[in-house]
Amino acid sequence: MIIDSSEGSLKAFLGTLPTVDEVGVQGRAAMLATRSVKTTSKAWAIDMAISMIDLTTLEGADTPGKVRAICAKAVRPDAMDLSVPSVGAVCVYNDMVRTARSALDQIGGSSIPVAAVATAFPSGRASFAVKAQDTLDAINAGAGEIDMVIDRGAFLSGRYSEVFDEIVKIKELCGNKAHLKVILETGELVTLDNVRKASYLAMLAGADFIKTSTGKVVPAATAPVVLVMLEAVRDFYSMTKTRIGVKPAGGIRTTKDAIKQLVLVNEIAGPEWLNPQLFRIGASALLNDLLLQRMKMRDGYYASPSYVTMD
Amino acid sequence: MAGNDSSRIDVQKTYKLFIGGAFPRSESGRTYQLKDSKGNHLANPCLASRKDLRDAVVVARGALAGWSGATAYNRGQILYRMAEILEGRTSQLVTEICALEGVTARAATLQVQESIDLLVWYAGWSDKISALAGSTNPVSGPFYNFSIPEPIGVVAIFAAAKPSLLNFVGAIASVITSGNTAIVIAAEKFPLPAITFAECMATSDLPGGVVNVLTGFSSELVPWVASHMDIDAIDASGLTPKALKEVQIAGVQNLKRIKVHTSVKAEQRILDFMEIKTVWHPIGI
Repeated sequence: MIIDSSEGSLKAFLGTLPTVDEVGVQGRAAMLATRSVKTTSKAWAIDMAISMIDLTTLEGADTPGKVRAICAKAVRPDAMDLSVPSVGAVCVYNDMVRTARSALDQIGGSSIPVAAVATAFPSGRASFAVKAQDTLDAINAGAGEIDMVIDRGAFLSGRYSEVFDEIVKIKELCGNKAHLKVILETGELVTLDNVRKASYLAMLAGADFIKTSTGKVVPAATAPVVLVMLEAVRDFYSMTKTRIGVKPAGGIRTTKDAIKQLVLVNEIAGPEWLNPQLFRIGASALLNDLLLQRMKMRDGYYASPSYVTMD
Repeated sequence: MAGNDSSRIDVQKTYKLFIGGAFPRSESGRTYQLKDSKGNHLANPCLASRKDLRDAVVVARGALAGWSGATAYNRGQILYRMAEILEGRTSQLVTEICALEGVTARAATLQVQESIDLLVWYAGWSDKISALAGSTNPVSGPFYNFSIPEPIGVVAIFAAAKPSLLNFVGAIASVITSGNTAIVIAAEKFPLPAITFAECMATSDLPGGVVNVLTGFSSELVPWVASHMDIDAIDASGLTPKALKEVQIAGVQNLKRIKVHTSVKAEQRILDFMEIKTVWHPIGI
């Protein structure tokens, strides 16, 4: 046990975390971003990245039709090429979970979980009763994964136990029915020290995954932030023998971006994390770029976006 | 010593690519040695790679909706503005043309002036070409039937060599006046006027990505341009017959329109990169 149930022990533990060397982290992230991944390694990385995608649609204008369309794409990303793997999950708003679940089940995607954003996503500004109901709703509708947001206001004012207790309670609601991903919204946490603290706080409170961002705030999943979070899961594993997953989301649009993320995972957390159970990428446009790159590698010439679906 | 050039350190220009409204170096980091007409070293322009081409196609495709959606009048204004800016760059271009083509300053000046006039000429066509090439067609039924030329999309241009500026400007103007976006591979031995003209385009309110300029070896880029599924047409005026054949074979994959032009000033050049679309409309509504 790293901490007991008292607020003091949580604060004390977070206080023992070493501060992050921001310049060093940026330098390391920039250095790893120059890794060249080509030919067979690139082909492997593209398929791995596809299988790690949480294919996401989180728009006010979402319709059941659009959700069904992305579900079809999740199961069979490239209708012309059956060798393309399915994605990791489909990520939607609470009210679309049922639609997504039944669409996936109907087309042979029953093994693909539906992730629902919950707890008054993206701001997290609602009473806990609302957040709890939001979560229960999604689970009852068939969500296999809950992406909750933390209360950044409370975190930044140092009310860590409030944030901690919320995560614990949401985790209880998830029980064994749903995995819990905790969104730190690193774009609002200001410093990498805070990212490290929030990562440990979420892991101690029972998160199965820590996720960078909602995708609604810029900057989102920058390489230094992901690096710090990957260090946190690696060190948490050495303390507890529990592997927590990481999900960068927001701003990962190209194959190159995705491969940079995989390099970070391999070099920082280790190859054990290079699987969809422990690393996911929250994205929508990324999938098309991966498919285009895959076509290029298969055909030997550059592909056109008119050969993949618009979404 | 005041005013004496020998007291100054040379400030030499780096000739870079023009992609998406910015001037990046080649992602490959490569350059090639450019010699003047007498064989002396002149500059080290960028040697564009297939990835520079790929990036250029992405931004050209991205710029297409905005540029083809702009009013023809607005496109004409911007082309005219390019002519205005080009006018002010005359002396620099004369120097570059003289060095590369080995012509007299007078001939080079004439070439620049002709290029400016050519831009104005194509600028004028922007809102007139559809009147010339479009039509209302008689049909046997209670319908109107309109045929309208529309831009074909993303066009790759292999610019012809001498007269280098005139060929470069004419190829670009004829392609973009109708609303296409372009990736231009400058003639291998004459990249300097091309880049200088890119600087004119960058300061003419031309939206970034509408014209992208690559310098380097066309032989290296030919197979990638020809097979690229997101390029709709190719102006192959600057290619050798052998390279043209290669382009025609690889271009079949997505039915690219491939054209070669001999005249720099012709309405047909505009129409070569337009498609006729026909609209039906019932009479009496």
